[in-house]
Amino acid sequence: MNSPGTETGIIKLAIMAVGGQGGGVLTNWILDLARGNGYTAQATSVAGVAQRTGATIYYVEMMPRAERAPVFSLMPTPGDVDIVIAAELMEAGRAILRGFVTRDRTTLVASTHRMLAVSEKVAPGDGRAPGEKVLEAARSRAKRCIAFDLDQIAADNGTVISASLFGALAGSGALPFEDAHFEETIRASGRGVDASLAGFREARQVAHDRSEGSTDTGDATQKPESSSSTASVSGPPELLQRWKALEKRLNDIPQPARQFARLGLERVVDFQDTEYGDEYLDRLQRVATIDKESGGETRNFALTTAAAKYLAVAMTYDDVIRVADLKTRAPRFDRVRKELGVNDDQVLHLTEFMHPRAEEVCAMLPARWGRYIESRPKLFRFLDRVVNRGRRVRTDTMFWFWTLHMIAGLRRHRRRLLRHEVELCHLQAWMDAALSCAPDNYDLAVEIINNRRLVKGYSDTHERGMSKFSRVMDMLDRVAARDDAATCMREMREAALADEEGAALDRMIESMKQSPAA
Amino acid sequence: MAERSFKAEVQKLKLGAGEVFHGEGILAITKALLESGVGYVGGYQGAPISHLMDVLADSQDILAELGVRFQANASESAATAMLSASVHYPIRGAVAYKGAVGVNVASDALANLSSAGVTGGALVVVGEDYGEGSSIMQERSHAFAMKSQVWLLDPRPNLPSIVKAVKDGFELSEASGTPVMLMVRIRACHVTGEFTADDNRRPPLGTVDALNAPQRDTSRVVLPPFSYQQEKDKIEKRWPAALKFIRENRLNEFFEGEADSIGIVLQGGMFNGVIRALQQLGLANVYGDSRVPLYVLNVTYPLVEDEFLEFCQGKDAILVVEEGQPDFIEQALGSMLYKRGGTTRLHGKDVLPMAGEYTGEVLRKGIAAFLAEAAPTLLPEDARIMEEPDRNGNGDIAATVPGRPPGFCTGCPERPIFAAMKLVQKEHGAQQISADIGCHLFASLPPFGIGGSTMGYGLGPASNGAFTGTPSKRPISIIGDGGFWHNGLSSSFSDAVFNQSDSVVMVVDNYYSAATGGQDVPSSRASNPTKSTRHPIARALKGVGVNWVRQIDRTYDVKAMRKVLDEAITTEQKGPKVIVASSECMLNRQRRERPERDKDKREGRRVSQPRFGVDEDVCTGDHACMRLSGCPSLSVKHLDDPLRDDPVAAIDHTCVGCGNCGEVADAAVLCPSFWRGDMIHNPSWMDRKLDTLRRRFIGWLQRRGARNRLVFTGTRS
Repeated sequence: MNSPGTETGIIKLAIMAVGGQGGGVLTNWILDLARGNGYTAQATSVAGVAQRTGATIYYVEMMPRAERAPVFSLMPTPGDVDIVIAAELMEAGRAILRGFVTRDRTTLVASTHRMLAVSEKVAPGDGRAPGEKVLEAARSRAKRCIAFDLDQIAADNGTVISASLFGALAGSGALPFEDAHFEETIRASGRGVDASLAGFREARQVAHDRSEGSTDTGDATQKPESSSSTASVSGPPELLQRWKALEKRLNDIPQPARQFARLGLERVVDFQDTEYGDEYLDRLQRVATIDKESGGETRNFALTTAAAKYLAVAMTYDDVIRVADLKTRAPRFDRVRKELGVNDDQVLHLTEFMHPRAEEVCAMLPARWGRYIESRPKLFRFLDRVVNRGRRVRTDTMFWFWTLHMIAGLRRHRRRLLRHEVELCHLQAWMDAALSCAPDNYDLAVEIINNRRLVKGYSDTHERGMSKFSRVMDMLDRVAARDDAATCMREMREAALADEEGAALDRMIESMKQSPAA
Repeated sequence: MAERSFKAEVQKLKLGAGEVFHGEGILAITKALLESGVGYVGGYQGAPISHLMDVLADSQDILAELGVRFQANASESAATAMLSASVHYPIRGAVAYKGAVGVNVASDALANLSSAGVTGGALVVVGEDYGEGSSIMQERSHAFAMKSQVWLLDPRPNLPSIVKAVKDGFELSEASGTPVMLMVRIRACHVTGEFTADDNRRPPLGTVDALNAPQRDTSRVVLPPFSYQQEKDKIEKRWPAALKFIRENRLNEFFEGEADSIGIVLQGGMFNGVIRALQQLGLANVYGDSRVPLYVLNVTYPLVEDEFLEFCQGKDAILVVEEGQPDFIEQALGSMLYKRGGTTRLHGKDVLPMAGEYTGEVLRKGIAAFLAEAAPTLLPEDARIMEEPDRNGNGDIAATVPGRPPGFCTGCPERPIFAAMKLVQKEHGAQQISADIGCHLFASLPPFGIGGSTMGYGLGPASNGAFTGTPSKRPISIIGDGGFWHNGLSSSFSDAVFNQSDSVVMVVDNYYSAATGGQDVPSSRASNPTKSTRHPIARALKGVGVNWVRQIDRTYDVKAMRKVLDEAITTEQKGPKVIVASSECMLNRQRRERPERDKDKREGRRVSQPRFGVDEDVCTGDHACMRLSGCPSLSVKHLDDPLRDDPVAAIDHTCVGCGNCGEVADAAVLCPSFWRGDMIHNPSWMDRKLDTLRRRFIGWLQRRGARNRLVFTGTRS
């Protein structure tokens, strides 16, 4: 075995972890392991507040015991670290940024799982850092990079990540100690030994296989989007018949858009009924026709593809009926039980958190009634006082399940309800805006379709999304005059997704109003 | 009850002469105190000294056996005042606290103590919290040593040196009648190592003996004319005595090296870093044998002029390695050289940075720059030059890797308080909010962004003083239970009552001094065998004259929090409006409850365990819930559904079911995606019967409903 740090005789090992991951346990194991093998070892850490979910570093130095005591450093130096253990993917990135990973000497053992930082979670859109970038850097900057999901291995074996990290360290062969000594160390620590050993062994095996192989292929941190829908359909024969007919209609949609169209079709039929599927395809067909007339063929029917997706999203708006429907389905109950790991010896009580307001009630009424109330502030406020409060709904009980089940059953009358009317009106305006642009500016039309992404959420969140959507759409005339109209529209949408209130969007709109068209 | 238990480790404190001690720096310091025959110990927790307080608390049996009094002081000020026992009596005393902030709080007592002078050895262990991982302003304790004439030890960061420094410190203190500060940097406090132990010593004179034979000496009182004489004594007697002791006992160390035309003068604490840098430059081996001569200042105040000038003799140039600013040591050494007409060139902060931690890289570059100028031939041609790391890797990962500051733990009871505050600000507009020291300060970071100042421990409400007379709007301040008892009751609340401050104060009461590791405070709910707890904050507030006090016993009730804040902001009542928001620190609560719960489960008792979840098909991926949470267990996940653009919320298995998600979804009218599952372990007969009935009924409805529609199973729901 080629032990690192032979020039000085000191092996230098840094552990990059997130506070609460148990970096201290791993550090102690490594210390015990080294001492048990006749090494002098020293560990340090910076504890303190960083332990509260912040990035933390533990640092270990060791060398064979000799007459004299060596002088160990208390912190890692960039360019002078033999082994880096990263307990999370971005912490591996942090190790690289801090210079602890170098091509001439560093073995990097990293878990590829993600613990998202707050900054990644709070973005209204997708704020997640691209993990593959870090993984790629890790592979190219380390002498050896052994990276896989050690958190999953720990979870599979009912233990914590320190055990699987210790296993991966053993499997990497970066320390000059026998596997048996690693295991003895775990046994001697005396708590949760069996689970720890199981996690240790699995991780060691994977790491071992990876280090034998010439290159590490690693895990993709983000799965590619599924390429095809393979949902199976069941139901009464006459409905299946109608479904078959709908499926046949899909063939009229241009090939590139067909996959989205199929997914969209499933979604709208699931939302309402097969007639709704026909409505969806009618609308999509209209888009496809205009697409063709606007030379969409050369653009791979991008307009129809985008419409296939966002028409379905827009048509399956999130109303109370849909929530009640989703919450009362049998597969949903199975999913919850599975997620919690409820077995037959246990009983599950399930509570939902609902907070209806007068708006939601009006939306659920026949359009005329709903509008009647909405146009009378006093009456509306009275209604709000009656209904507007948080309700804890026990869907495992007969009464509340039955209530939600009944609300879900209002689906049959949905087309006559206020919300449906409002949504359709909005949908119509949006589609018309896009399609009227298509002949002159195809790309802009596609971007207008994509703007639908801004509308999501419930109550306040929904209103905020609607407001962002209108702010962007209000700029359409000004934008359409520009050469870079499509780009501009896309940038506005991205700005709108950057923060909650749309401050970035407002800044952008302001600057566009001031600067003349490019 | 502290977060980390040292019950097992403290057994090492019983080791006798010749036995080898293995462990952390903090534990070694405690052992050294006992070997020195210390009579009383105390202090105030805070990283990196928290563990020392925890070790002392966990070793009270051993301390009692030896007749050592342990006091968990209310503040650093109280701790230092306690050292007064060593003024008249030949009893050794030691207190510990955190770096510059501890010395700041202690400075009143420290100045009085050092003016009076001591008979018994008085040692202040200061955990210097400077550089990476620090949670305080970047300052040096050194200045306090200089201004009050307290001697400052800065030993090499290995266990034998630290242990020796404790013993030397007591002797130096007694030899010079001056208190001594022992400075240990954050990493040295947590460094592991070994040393050969000695027997513990009973204090020759105990505090009980002293109490039975009281003594007084008016000349020790800080009052004219004695205070003038005390200053004279400092210069004429204590200082020379200290220099003599330091020189004769070789507290500072010289390391020979063949390149004797140059040298490095360094703080003891910098030794390992300097040696590593020299190793990397090919000028030292792993055992610390250096080709460059070293003068190691294990005592950084006072400096021994003769020793230093002797070291400079025949040298063309020296480098002073002194971490932190201002460069007190370098200035002093420069002045010594100049006054004696020395020709040795003095380098220091010209090649090393003035501010910031002296990390391995900083030291290597600084020393290399010094050598390039002072001894260019010394650097061997084949000096091992390490590969310069490419920190950015391929592409811009600096922009990719997100920052990861500390934050609230999973299930933290403070999260709903700040969620409520955020909602109140949404309704009433932005407020002037001042923060304090403690976990609650994390609220100033995303996602809450609440509070924009910290003026010191327990000073949150006081720091709004200037704003409390405006009739139109009230300033809000935050203070924790730790800060409340440390200093807040007098400095913040008496101050507010007396000045009729029209302000709102949120007292975050999590039952512990949580940020420092969960030590008990007077309002802790736990029964502590050696401390008096369960003194309600609300009662203390009423005692000092706060008339508007609201007690919230479940901070997770976001609606109640919001309502009470609303009331505090709008009420007609004059004077301070104080809300005491109490819920137990989740970290400590889990540590207490989990073993009990597991035991109940094993032994067949009915246990109801809550956990939250998100319906992924109901969640629209707006993440509004995250912006009112930031909980580590609430994250986002990508769905395998091409129709969805944004990742949806997801709660992982680490959720402790605190309730914040549901409460916030309700209070902020977010969305109906959250659910709470209460898993009943070992259900009763009644539970089972009811469950069977319910599931039969629900199953029937579900099957009936599915009969009239198409059901898609597969990629998504």
